[in-house]
Formats: sequence, C-alpha cells, structure tokens
Amino acid sequence: MTRYSAFAVFREGLRRQKGWKPAWRSPKPKKAYDVVIIGGGGHGLATAFYLAKNHGIRNVAVLEKGWLGGGNTGRNTTAIRSNYFYPESAALYDFSVKLYEGLSRALNYNVMFSQRGMIVLAHSEHDMEMATRQYNAMRLNGVDAVLMGRDAVRRLVPVLDMSLDARFPIHGGVFQPRAGTGRHDAVAWGYARAADRLGVDLIQNCAVQGFVMEAGRCVGVQTSRGEIGAGIVGAAVAGHSSVLAQMGGYHLPIQSYVLQAFVSEPLKPILDTVVLAPALGTYVSQSDKGGLVIGGGLDRVPAYGQRGNMPMQETVLGGLCEMMPALARVKLLRHWGGIVDVTPDSSPILGRSGVDGIYLNCGWGTGGFKAIPAGGYLFAHLLATGQHHDISRPFDLSRFASGALVDESAASGIAH
Amino acid sequence: MQVFPCPYCGPRNETEFRYIAAAGKTRPDTTQPVQDQDWARYLYRQRNEKGAVREVWMHLTCGELFVMERDSVTMEVLGSTALRDGVE
Ligand SMILES: Cc1cc2nc3c(=O)[nH]c(=O)nc-3n(C[C@H](O)[C@H](O)[C@H](O)COP(=O)(O)OP(=O)(O)OC[C@H]3O[C@@H](n4cnc5c(N)ncnc54)[C@H](O)[C@@H]3O)c2cc1C
Ligand SMILES: [Zn+2]
Repeated sequence: MTRYSAFAVFREGLRRQKGWKPAWRSPKPKKAYDVVIIGGGGHGLATAFYLAKNHGIRNVAVLEKGWLGGGNTGRNTTAIRSNYFYPESAALYDFSVKLYEGLSRALNYNVMFSQRGMIVLAHSEHDMEMATRQYNAMRLNGVDAVLMGRDAVRRLVPVLDMSLDARFPIHGGVFQPRAGTGRHDAVAWGYARAADRLGVDLIQNCAVQGFVMEAGRCVGVQTSRGEIGAGIVGAAVAGHSSVLAQMGGYHLPIQSYVLQAFVSEPLKPILDTVVLAPALGTYVSQSDKGGLVIGGGLDRVPAYGQRGNMPMQETVLGGLCEMMPALARVKLLRHWGGIVDVTPDSSPILGRSGVDGIYLNCGWGTGGFKAIPAGGYLFAHLLATGQHHDISRPFDLSRFASGALVDESAASGIAH
Repeated sequence: MQVFPCPYCGPRNETEFRYIAAAGKTRPDTTQPVQDQDWARYLYRQRNEKGAVREVWMHLTCGELFVMERDSVTMEVLGSTALRDGVE
C-alpha cells in the first residue's frame, strides 16, 4: 500500500495520479474471527485498529451494513473538545483530545485536526457564574480553559452581535483553546486504512441480523452475507444499539433520536473558532472550504428516520441569525440528520452487555465524534483483556442499577 | 411541521406535544421493598423499537396524557387513545 506523504503527492502529480492504490482491501468474510466488531463507524474502526496495534489481535473483522463512516461519523459537525464537568468525563474526553493531537501521524492520514478552540457563551450574570464554575471544574480536571469577559469574546469572534439589548446579550464565556474541529470522513478512513494494513478485514454491505448462541454464549453473528463465527463480539452501532439488543436479548437504557446539522454555501473566512450559544440552541464553526457548519439540539420526537424536522431547524437557524445577524442572508447548501443513541445521563456505555460474549460501545449520543480515538482505544482494551481500563470503568452499563450515573446532561447542555 | 392528534383537541402542531415514555411501564410497588435492578429497569430501560411504537405523550396545551401509536421510521401516526379510559 502507498504511504501518504508530500513526496508521494508530488510523484503522483508527475505520473498523472496513476499510482494510487485502493486505501483498503474488500475481502470476502472468513468463516470466523477472534473478534467481530459490528458497525463500521469511527468507534468500530478505531477499536479494530487498536486491537491490532496495541494488543496484537489481528484476526478481526468489522461488519458494516452500509459503507464505512456512513452513520453518524460521516454526519456530525466535527467539534472536538474536553470541556466536561465531572472528572470521569474529563479523563475520557481529554484522553481522546490527546490521541487526536497525534492521530494524523499515528495513522499516516491527515485527519485535519485543527485546534482552533471553542467558546461556550454566557448570556446573563447567572450564566457567567455557571461559566466560572465550569471553568473551575475544567482546571481542576487538568483541562485547559480560559474564562472570558465581553471584551475578550468580542476580540475572539468579531462577527457576534454584542449589543446589550440583544434578546440574549453576551456577558462572556468559557474558552477551551485545545478544542477544535477535525475532518470526519478522514477519521473513519484513516482508521480503516490503518486497520486494514494491520490485517483487519473491513466488510461492507454486511448487516448483522442475529446472534449465534451456544450454551448461553454468543459465538458468532448471522449476517446478510452468511454466518460468521466470533470469539467475542463488540457492538458499536450508535443509534441502532437497541435494535441489536433486541436480537441479542439484552437491555439498554437508550433512546434513539434524530440530530440535525446544516452547511451553508462557502463564505470568505469569517469565523476561526467554534462558537456555542446555549441560550439560542445553536453552535457554528467554519470549514476549510468556507461553509458554515451549524448544529443544535436533538429533535424532540424519538425516531429512526435519518432526516430532520422543521421545529428544530427553526430554532437552530433562528438562533444563528440572532447570534450573528450578518449571516442572516447566507444560503444553506445541505441539511441532514443522524440517529443518535441517547442515555439518561448523556454519558456513553462501555462494557459487558449482560450476554456472555457481547460487549458494548454505545450511548455516545450527540457527542461521540470527539471520543472516537479514546472509545476505540478503551474498547479494544476491554475486548482484549476482558477488563475495564480505569478510564472506561465508570461508564459500565452497571451504573444504572448502582445509581452511579455520570450525569453530564446538565453540565454540557447541547454542546456536542 | 408534523401534525399530531390529541384525543381531546384534535389535530395540532407537533410543538404542542411532549414525549413522556414508552407505554406499558409499571412503577414498582413501593409498599414492598424494591430491588435496585427493578428500579433501574423501570427508570432507565427503553424498548426503543425501530418501527411500530406505543408511547405516552402529553398535549401540553390541554395537559392531557394519551397513548400515541406511531412508526418511528416513517413518523406516520397510527392512532391516539386517551389514557383516562384506563388503557394502561
Ligand atoms: C448531526 C450530528 C452532529 C454531531 N456533532 C458532533 C460533534 O460536533 N462532535 C462530536 O463529538 N459528536 C458529534 N455527533 C455525534 C457523533 O457523530 C457520534 O457520537 C459518533 O459518530 C458515533 O460513532 P459510532 O462509530 O459509534 O457510530 P456511527 O458512525 O453511527 O457508526 C455505526 C455504524 O453501525 C452500522 N450498523 C448499524 N446497525 C448495523 C448492523 N445491524 N450490522 C452492521 N452494521 C450496522 C451503521 O451503518 C453505522 O455505519 C454528532 C452527530 C450528529 C448526527
Ligand atoms: Zn389536547
């Protein structure tokens, strides 16, 4: 396989781009694998990569019902951050940001992680107090943070409406300098290519339709491409986690909802950071192509249809126009929805499913893109050793019965 | 904009409604000691079906709870029944 480098780009330029090879193979499924991972999103692909890389387990298949990265990984607004409230979450998401910092090199694939920072605005004196609390929590958790007043915010994001008679005037905010954006497809493709290179079979158009059980233990999966044996199975199917749970006979505290996003026509550079206005229900960044990448909160109706609805569009886009009135006449280019897996405490689930041989990586809901490297790393650890890594232990499914929830819903609001 | 049917008020804008829970959950009998697992099941476990669902919804405008049957993929509404009449 071609190693990607500036030199390779130059050489292929001279050869009329004829020398590029496919980035990964398209193998036929084998009869059985040591580990079968269901779901070829970022989490499934990263898990396969770290199984091979960190644990030397290479007899691994990733089964994807559609195409690699075609789920939420290819539909998200790519905000990467670790500005969480609780130490458990900070440990998890900051580990992920650290892995992102070295990811392009580790994968030999440019994931375009751009640490342009992210600001969460505060719209009242009370918001400002909560922002200070958030800032303190982040610093205590060892995460970088800057508390900003009005002037600093104005300098950071000149396009904001800073007038004091705005419906939600801006008092300040909390800024995380190491936060930023990445290229979602590149994260999926980079992990896919690196996993393939280590011997992992990536099998697309292969839907898992049932589990093969033997004496109470899962020993394989039934798929649209036949039965495939498995030493153990890891499920990383996001919004479809409950569908698999019904096939496997285990139970999840997950509800699936649509989350929408929007991209505008390309503009000249106007915004060089990620801005979230909690009171307006909108966040926005600008992609390298110039499009504004816009998101908001969940649609309010539980759903599996990958499309949006009007009330949330109105909230999000109305919020954008209030936040940055100069953008009111900008045209939208695309708009879409993804099915996200929401847990009661807005924290993910990593751990055993309750059925022998089936493990879970799910519940990332609206915010699991930033967590792909850590989710893959920790899930690989779990699958390889049967034991939790210290960072993943608090996120076990058993927390719902013990009551030890990691309740980030209040602390992180709509921020993805 | 989707229209949902309230059994009391008729067809109304979806923003007037709030999803409450999947239908058919029974609160544990608190006159007896309740196991953690049973509380957890009641509080957190979701059926979250893809396809036909039966759910309890509230019409915020009139404040009534009712059971709505929907398809969670097509979003088609299949029926709505008042809860008062002792459905659940
Ligand atoms: C609009 C939107 C905006 C978002 N914004 C952000 C953001 O800014 N920052 C952030 O951190 N997160 C964000 N998220 C969340 C993030 O996208 C997800 O948490 C993350 O991508 C989940 O990755 P995954 O690999 O678990 O799931 P996915 O990428 O959804 O992958 C799961 C895969 O499983 C496959 N699958 C399902 N069922 C089966 C089956 N039976 N057999 C085989 N394969 C199956 C699916 O086809 C899919 O490809 C956003 C999500 C959406 C929808
Ligand atoms: Zn009514």
